[in-house]
Amino acid sequence: MNKIFEAKDINLAGINSSLLEVNIGPQHPSTHGVFRMNAVLDGEVIVSLKPVMGYLHRNHEQIAENMSYAASMPYTDRLDYFNSMSNNLGYALSVEKLAGLEVPERAEYIRVIMAELTRLINHIAVIGFLLNDLGAFFTPVLYAFREREKILDIFEEISGSRMMCNYLRFGGVKRDLSPAILERIRGVVTAFPRFLEEFETLLTKNEILCMRCQNVGVLSPELAVNASITGPLLRASGVNYDIRKVDGYSVYPRFQFKVPLGPKGDVYDRYYVRILEMRESLKILDQALSTIPAGEIMSKKMIPFLKSPRNFKPPVGEAYARVEAPKGELGFYVVSDGTPQPWRYHVRAPSFINLTILEDMCLGQKVADAIIILGSVDIVLGEVDR
Amino acid sequence: MALAPNTSQVDDGLKNELAKKGIVVTTMNQLYNWGRRSSIWPMQFGLACCAIEMIATACARYDIARFGAELFRPSPRQADLMIVAGTVTKKMAPQVVRLYNQMAEPKYVITMGACSIAGGPFIDGYNVLRGIDRYIPVDVHLPGCPPRPEALLYGLMELQKKIDGQQIETAEWYQQGLKREYPIPEFGPHGLIPKFNPEVWQPRENDLRKERYGQPIMIGKKSKAPNLDVVAVAAAPRPAAPAPTPPPTPGIA
Amino acid sequence: MNIMDTEKVKTDIEKALGSVALKSIRSSLLIENAQDLPKVAKFLKEDAAYRLDYLSSVTASDFIEYLETVYHLYSMEKKTGPVTLRVRVPRTDPKIPSLVSLYRGAEFQERDNFDLFGIVYEGHPDLRRIMMWEGFEGFPMRKDYLQEDSETLESADVEWLEKNGVKVPEAAKAKAAELRQQGKRALAERRVEDKG
Repeated sequence: MNKIFEAKDINLAGINSSLLEVNIGPQHPSTHGVFRMNAVLDGEVIVSLKPVMGYLHRNHEQIAENMSYAASMPYTDRLDYFNSMSNNLGYALSVEKLAGLEVPERAEYIRVIMAELTRLINHIAVIGFLLNDLGAFFTPVLYAFREREKILDIFEEISGSRMMCNYLRFGGVKRDLSPAILERIRGVVTAFPRFLEEFETLLTKNEILCMRCQNVGVLSPELAVNASITGPLLRASGVNYDIRKVDGYSVYPRFQFKVPLGPKGDVYDRYYVRILEMRESLKILDQALSTIPAGEIMSKKMIPFLKSPRNFKPPVGEAYARVEAPKGELGFYVVSDGTPQPWRYHVRAPSFINLTILEDMCLGQKVADAIIILGSVDIVLGEVDR
Repeated sequence: MALAPNTSQVDDGLKNELAKKGIVVTTMNQLYNWGRRSSIWPMQFGLACCAIEMIATACARYDIARFGAELFRPSPRQADLMIVAGTVTKKMAPQVVRLYNQMAEPKYVITMGACSIAGGPFIDGYNVLRGIDRYIPVDVHLPGCPPRPEALLYGLMELQKKIDGQQIETAEWYQQGLKREYPIPEFGPHGLIPKFNPEVWQPRENDLRKERYGQPIMIGKKSKAPNLDVVAVAAAPRPAAPAPTPPPTPGIA
Repeated sequence: MNIMDTEKVKTDIEKALGSVALKSIRSSLLIENAQDLPKVAKFLKEDAAYRLDYLSSVTASDFIEYLETVYHLYSMEKKTGPVTLRVRVPRTDPKIPSLVSLYRGAEFQERDNFDLFGIVYEGHPDLRRIMMWEGFEGFPMRKDYLQEDSETLESADVEWLEKNGVKVPEAAKAKAAELRQQGKRALAERRVEDKG
């Protein structure tokens, strides 16, 4: 807790008692960035919790409305900076919908491979940080980042950058994958289950983890749907809604995978749904790597614009495209006015909207549980504040 | 009381010879600085994307512990070094300055990434501060978006060099009347008040960005809204129109 | 996913609600009178044929003559969607009924739109600025927002700095005094509109 700044005296049934207002953040090790919560405590129980955001509001939408379509692609990397590839995918899909572009099959496969690799990175890091919040200081993060580095090496080799890949283009991807790099991806994919086993042996049936996480922060499916919650948070509450299945964008319909659902919707379910999702992602990766076709990686229409992206002018219109990003539904709404810059560019950020029910989940819980509930929501401030 | 100058009178050749025999001859300065630079405690303070690379630097592969700087402290009172890792927005800047003021001397600042140096890619935003060095002094600027973990290690080594060069007698935090607390900016109706602290930072004489790009800011140049109600071609999506403006561009195949 | 036919949605709404004026624009439905929005949304949410229980995105835009909010509705139960609703309000009096009582998911998005575009969502339980601080003036995502010039000190800055014991260079002081005399703010230079 950063500081205790105010205590309001009230009289509860003859006992002199007071509510304590506690401000957590924006500089706090457990708020996953510059997020702030104004909590009101009765003893140790939370009676009110107001999220305060905007400390990383860096005007992504305004900046994107003043530059060419292609120039916004690197900015999408910085939205949810764990998963640059899935952000790229969402934006590319919306502009392709706007301009009516077809994507070659090989590029679609590459996109799916990249999106699923980012899902692995995200979920593994989230679980690491969740355990950090639980008190297992930094050791799980060390494990998580060890695996993350292996995938980042692949990203670096194909895109030139570890985190901010900027790899997708409208109508395709920037570079082709060589057989050697596909082999390396396969190596990571085959080695990953062993790591997951190791991680799970340490965690899934761990008594401390179960005691701290089970029945904490329960989210009912009705509230989850009503509050537009998406991603693992929604599926942990038992609602079967995965945009990869529902929309069937890209080439996802060709792959066999299941949508893991949680029975209860508590923090433990969110942890376990993420573990299971990683296993499903590995299945998708395995199928995609063995069936990736040869061919073009760029739509023919878009090749002239690779050299002069500022001349790319989609027709007047609007498009809303969404993808199942690791944190939930990531949507991009783009309005074109026929000039090289979009008229309106809006990001429907999953972690921003997932924070709506933070207070509902925390009410009546202990203050230490609020920290892990926030950890299980999985926010990234770059996306919350945009 | 005047202090004797703290300089070594022993020549380097003799030092090396003695070192071979297991005798170390050093000065108080060197010993003190060696201790300080080998135990820099950074503040656990991540703002944005660069924070993830900062965490990666602290993890097993890059292992900032090799430099003695692995002990990230969540409290500014215990920290020696503030790594400003990420975009400082106007809403966050007062907090950053406050945290800097709360740190105990001697304190150092590394700005990690283009955003905290000068706004980076987000420089045009209405809520983005164009560099934290407008309010607090910075020791090492570390460019990159985000800088690689190796770059952060290099920045740390540069800071260590700086520490090595400091003298106990002349070090500023031992002097009287040292003012190393900076006024915390306040929220105004359009941005922060003040826009910068002229004691720490002043605008450049010539605006390099303007010289290079012609106009300094790219915001708000459109005044004609598209009419979405008019549907040119029925629902079917059409390909992008070729660009009619010069210079001539290749058309669409 | 089943793509919904806008015309069919339109006739269904008109049949059920009667007096609602609708217009279809690019596979979306414009609700001519903003006050009809909750009625339409309630129908789409509760009607057995639609069950659009999931409000995906609430987007505000500034079209200079008017401000617009676009709602993307999907159904989690039936896995269908989207139905896109639009509401347009004049710039001078931008008031739209809030959908928070129907969809909790609108809560933060409407606050976001209120903060950046200044659209007032009537009936919202907690309509405050969310991204910017309280006391910020203007709506920065509107197309006519004037951004401050961050290199030039104004008289408020100079007063504040001097109050806090910071020495201000004479040139900056003179510039600030000049601006004050002219009654101007220091504004960022804007790029002229691209021709063609």
